[in-house]
Amino acid sequence: MTGSEFGLAISVFLACAVESVEALTIVLAVGSTRSWRSALIGAGAAVIALTAITAALGPGLTSLPINTLRLVVGGLLLVFGLQWLRKAILRATGLKALHDEDEAFREERAAAAAAGAPHDGLDAYSFAISFKGVLLEGLEVVFIVLTFGANQHRVGLAALAAALAILAVVIAGLAVRAPLARVPENAMKFSVGVMLTSFGIFWGAEGAGARWPGGDAALLAVAPAVLAFSILLVWAFRRTNNAETLELGEGAGA
Amino acid sequence: MKRVRAVVSGVWEFVAGDDWVSAAGIVLALSLTALISETSAAWFVLPPAVAGLLTLSVWRAARQRP
Repeated sequence: MTGSEFGLAISVFLACAVESVEALTIVLAVGSTRSWRSALIGAGAAVIALTAITAALGPGLTSLPINTLRLVVGGLLLVFGLQWLRKAILRATGLKALHDEDEAFREERAAAAAAGAPHDGLDAYSFAISFKGVLLEGLEVVFIVLTFGANQHRVGLAALAAALAILAVVIAGLAVRAPLARVPENAMKFSVGVMLTSFGIFWGAEGAGARWPGGDAALLAVAPAVLAFSILLVWAFRRTNNAETLELGEGAGA
Repeated sequence: MKRVRAVVSGVWEFVAGDDWVSAAGIVLALSLTALISETSAAWFVLPPAVAGLLTLSVWRAARQRP
């Protein structure tokens, strides 16, 4: 396995694990409040839909000319990478609340309970919420699997990494029978953001016609640089946030 | 027509999210890279462009918070 294939597998695994944790919270909340059977059927239907999307779009993407593919994939990875990084940086600096799985679980349970008594047979509410939750959380993973996989002609490896992440989260969820609140979600999102952005810079530039000094080895400089810059931003915005909080506190006390 | 509009809006929301400025900036930076690469080395365009866009994106989000 080459370095970039390893990067692909780790990125897909982490991204899929994070999204699976959030999807698991929704399925657990609906299942435990209303109908396990309907919630699990909804989740299963969403997984089948996501697999179908991957199977349908994968061959089309891999048949594109390599430079066009790299330009499109690089651009999309950059758009997604910057979104992941921005949110992770805002959470790390305290400017945005950390995602709380316990809180999300309580909210989903309250909404499920307020939706009236479950119907006999297939409970439409449980099915729909579970299906929608898994589908929406999974779409971004499908995108990452397709872009990373197609660009390196390793859609199979990317899909395997995603499947392993889902399996790990489901096993952990079954073991604790509760939302996986202790998973360091923000650190994982931060890592995924760094990887998506780094691969996006590398492939986007190549797709646009640029040649990196050192060829593929340049990625070994780009990824640490993105990580270092992101950590620098966390440090800078944390300082600004602390200074503003202090100023507000002093203003209120005056 | 409504469905087409909903699909386009869904794709836009999925890709650009709540930060269209970054998406537009990336398109500009990639175009500039393509333009410069016709005549000389262009690998140096994207890294600072992405650094600037990320800083701007975090700064804008920080300003918008209540």
